Amino acid sequence: MNLFKIAWTYLRIGVMNELQYRVNFFIQILQSVIAVATGLIGLSLVFGQVDNLSGWSRPELLAVMGVHILMGGVIRSAIQPNMERLMNDVLNGTLDFALTKPADAQTLVSVREFRFWQLTDVLVGLVILVIAVIQLQTKMYALQIVAFLAALILGGIMLYCVWLMVTSIAFWVIRVGDIVDLFQGLFAAGRWPISVYPDWLRTGMTFLVPVAFAVTMPAEAVTNRLTSESMLFAFGLTLLFMLLARGVWLLGLRSYSGASA
Amino acid sequence: MRRYVEYFLATARISILSQIQYRVANYFYMIGMIAEPVIYLVVWSTIAKQLGGVVGGYTAGAFAAYYIVWTLVRNMNIVFTPFGWENRIREGELSMSLMRPVHPIISDIAYFSGWKVVVIILWIPIAIFLAWIFKPTIEFTVLKAIVFFIAIWGAFLIRTMLLSLLGMITFWTTRVSAIFDLYFALELILSGRLVPMTLMPAWVQNLSNYLPFKYTFFFPIDALVGNMSTNELWMGIGMQIFWITLGASLLSLVWRVAIKQFSAVGG
Repeated sequence: MNLFKIAWTYLRIGVMNELQYRVNFFIQILQSVIAVATGLIGLSLVFGQVDNLSGWSRPELLAVMGVHILMGGVIRSAIQPNMERLMNDVLNGTLDFALTKPADAQTLVSVREFRFWQLTDVLVGLVILVIAVIQLQTKMYALQIVAFLAALILGGIMLYCVWLMVTSIAFWVIRVGDIVDLFQGLFAAGRWPISVYPDWLRTGMTFLVPVAFAVTMPAEAVTNRLTSESMLFAFGLTLLFMLLARGVWLLGLRSYSGASA
Repeated sequence: MRRYVEYFLATARISILSQIQYRVANYFYMIGMIAEPVIYLVVWSTIAKQLGGVVGGYTAGAFAAYYIVWTLVRNMNIVFTPFGWENRIREGELSMSLMRPVHPIISDIAYFSGWKVVVIILWIPIAIFLAWIFKPTIEFTVLKAIVFFIAIWGAFLIRTMLLSLLGMITFWTTRVSAIFDLYFALELILSGRLVPMTLMPAWVQNLSNYLPFKYTFFFPIDALVGNMSTNELWMGIGMQIFWITLGASLLSLVWRVAIKQFSAVGG
């Protein structure tokens, strides 16, 4: 399909661009290691006091941490760079260049950037997840792995949709950089399973910033907590988010008044 | 000297006026920052409840008090970042500040001091809201309040010195993001930003006594919400003065060497 071909081409350009700066890879590894070490210290402080947190054992929370780092890597490599560029384009009026191209504009603005080295975090997250699964000493069935991957993909799509909606606000208010900070702060809450949080916060983390689906649900798949009902619910919600995001994007685009690029 | 005071006050006043203009942006920023302490607070009050009410001397209410005061201290701790220094040096903006007859760090401090006034005012409704939700337990005394008020400005100055020193590394190299990350990770653990220091293993607490980080987070917060003796309170302020003086001396030393490295590109 044409759209996939476009995405693939941009991905290749992005990777080739990044491969020129190889030192960045080592810096990225160093940063990932620091982030993991801080996370582990946080976990060990908690488990120095108790042997479970709201029913989640240490290896189970390690699994949550793994998914959180992995998802963070996905956001920083594929979602956030595109959305930041979109924000700047709206601010400067350079979105014209994307709009005049003969392809779907939403697809275009969503695939233009790709930060290859940020994928380090995806790898690091996976390693942590594997370690957690080994520590859990439960058998992983093929079905569980499929459920995990499905949950991961649905969560990723939902996060993308929310980012697109938030970024689309830029069409009306121009300066949205601070909203992005807000989003990142809330995503950090995904470091812990959402069952820890009080109800009002849990609702926000489920529907406003779907970290519940993006982080807790894949972790639930790995730790044998996921029911088929919640999986179906997530699927329905993803479709809804996609429609909503499309709607907000189209509505926002109408307010775009390119400031002579 | 009088000229300096006048300059300082004028810069602070400009900062207050311009930051009030951006009050909505400021608010978004401050609300985004609240996620972090709320996460810590929720996790640690869950643990306290699981253990029957208290962990490391803190009840759920005491954690609430700690992390609500945390939000103000965190805001006071925002200073000109090392990333800002990198930008300033790489883009050659620094040339302009060098032309002025005032040290750039003096004008940084003046500008951020003014901003803090706005931040403190904006913080009050946030604190009331958080207190309404999380029900902190706190005992005020006049002395604690006075020491706290001094200590948050002390924390601001210590952190200005530390982060400016860190930022000056960019005079030599611009590949510094990993160094900055390492610094922020150390600070997170050794300052009391992650958890009250009393929850840390003994050797970490011990180590933190010999480092400045604790005096930028744990000390100001604990001064207000904890049970320090009068002696300990003033000792803490004394340590803050010590670290500010040491930081300022180091800064002026490094500055003299660093500025020779600077070759302006445009600006």
